[in-house]
Amino acid sequence: MSLIWFVEQPLWYLSATVFVVGVLWRLFALVALGKKEDLSVARGSAGGGAVRAVLLHFIPHGGFFSKTFFHFLAGYAFHLGLFVLLLFAAPHVTFIDERILGVGWTPLPRWAFILTAEIAFAGLIFLWARRISDPVQRQISDADDHAGTWLTFIAMLTGCLALQESNDALRIIHMLSVEVWLIYFPFSRLMHAFTWVLSRGNMGAVFGRRGVTP
Amino acid sequence: MSAQKAIDALAGQIDSTVASYLEACIHCGQCAEACHFYQVTGDPKYTPTYKMRPIDRVYRRDKAPFSGLMKAIGLAPDELTMQDLEDWSELLYDTCTLCGRCTLVCPMGIDIATVVRKSRAGLVAAGMVPEGLLAAAERAVEQGSPLIKPGVLEKVVAKQSAEVGIPIELDKKGVDYLVILSAMEILNFYEVIGALAKIFKQAGISWTISTTAFEATNIGYQMGSPDIARTLVQRIVDSAEELGVKYVISPECGHAYTALNWDGPNMTGKRHSFKVIHILELLEQLRRDGRVKTKGLDGRRITYHDPCQISRRGGVIDEPRSLIDQISSNFVEMRNHGAANICCGGGGGVSSNPRAEGLRIKAFACKKEQIDELGGVEALVTSCANCRNVLEEAIDEFEMDLPVVGLTELVAMYLDEGEKKPAARKRRKKAA
Repeated sequence: MSLIWFVEQPLWYLSATVFVVGVLWRLFALVALGKKEDLSVARGSAGGGAVRAVLLHFIPHGGFFSKTFFHFLAGYAFHLGLFVLLLFAAPHVTFIDERILGVGWTPLPRWAFILTAEIAFAGLIFLWARRISDPVQRQISDADDHAGTWLTFIAMLTGCLALQESNDALRIIHMLSVEVWLIYFPFSRLMHAFTWVLSRGNMGAVFGRRGVTP
Repeated sequence: MSAQKAIDALAGQIDSTVASYLEACIHCGQCAEACHFYQVTGDPKYTPTYKMRPIDRVYRRDKAPFSGLMKAIGLAPDELTMQDLEDWSELLYDTCTLCGRCTLVCPMGIDIATVVRKSRAGLVAAGMVPEGLLAAAERAVEQGSPLIKPGVLEKVVAKQSAEVGIPIELDKKGVDYLVILSAMEILNFYEVIGALAKIFKQAGISWTISTTAFEATNIGYQMGSPDIARTLVQRIVDSAEELGVKYVISPECGHAYTALNWDGPNMTGKRHSFKVIHILELLEQLRRDGRVKTKGLDGRRITYHDPCQISRRGGVIDEPRSLIDQISSNFVEMRNHGAANICCGGGGGVSSNPRAEGLRIKAFACKKEQIDELGGVEALVTSCANCRNVLEEAIDEFEMDLPVVGLTELVAMYLDEGEKKPAARKRRKKAA
């Protein structure tokens, strides 16, 4: 039993299982808390409000764009960059094809990978720098916020180092960091990757019945 | 009092909607940009999401998925203490008007105002309600209104009835509409009663006011006491059912509309047997149907202050504008009007809380900036008596020269009453 086998086989399946089961359980348990039927007479549609809120909050509205431009730019740079790397980095496409879906697609060329990685890193670093420097964010941040950021940063960094797939040690380090990230995910605020839809949707549904979408 | 009671009360407020809000917050702090209390002080503790911290701690410790595991490995948040609750009392009662503007800017769409209101239930359980609010709630339960003593309503109505020359019958059964009023209207802006009498006479509406359930203000809703809030809603429901009305007219009062119309049936546990209609909705409907006609135009440069609970959180946004368009030739909109409007600074029970007065006045600077940007505004129209009172006080403090006018009264001034009309216009112009 080699270390790379351990990391790529049992540990991978364990972490992926913790991730999938943990995320599903957390979402199920959240929804299972339940809520009472709204007995007021609706002026508008709850469903329509939910959809509107989910879409509306992709972009700052209400006159706040200039004040929140930093978050908008850094946030989208990081998140879009991360998703592109996750789905289109050449080793990931191979991994998804061989280990998960059995189907692959055209990966990013190397230059595009580097450009995307730089954008994603810039976004993440700027967001974290603001978290430790802005008085408001310092007041409201906790250990989970920092841990989630750092685990993501390490997974991305080790991924870049392992891009060439020429060194087993680098590949093991990347796989390990990703597996720690996957295990941490369902227990942390990284869950916002899923709960944002519930939050926006619930708010939109409440106010959609009232005929307005804040 | 013990922290455990507060913890239980807070846990009882967490349903899947509140949990989704608490789960989704990423601590980005953008909500601070929308909060007038943060904007005028620059103090990070006023960041809206920080006000959710006590209920968030209860959620993560006792109710969240995996909370048992987290407690077992020592990663759950510490249990709330009485000191924590005392520390958050100012944040929850004095520095949040429940205006909900932070929801606009939140990338997760979190309704922080609702979470703050529900969090107040914990402070109610811990006996940490600010004295002013608590006393107002006690008066509301015992005497029927936080401000109006027994017998005062009858005198005010009689005076208004005589002034406009229209009989107003109290406790009249079999009418279509029951009018409820906010204490602030009866106390300070009682002309609205005469205005309603004139408008309803022209529209041919049958209406009454109940002497037992005239008060629209729901101080229990504001302070976060589900029991008191339910008692006050039930009083209106019982009266409406006893009088057999088809409609209850929610007055120019922000949270009264939310408390009775949107949350009222959920508090009493059954659908209303009547329809709640906001006065602005009704006026606009009557205007559209040709039952209320106006004549003449107000030439002053006027703007409209959207009460948060009526517009952003109540959905009544187009109606006031349509009404103003009928009676004004010089109406201008503030930047970010409608759903994005800036709060007066005194909603959500803040104006009933003497402890919060200094900060409330200070917070008006945000509203003032919005008004000043327009330049040369000669009157500020609104449709919430509490906003009106708060705005008038702040306008005095800031030494501005700006009359604040209730929209219902403004409509009544321009009613097409034939011969009587010119006198009403003359009086208003003189006041201007």
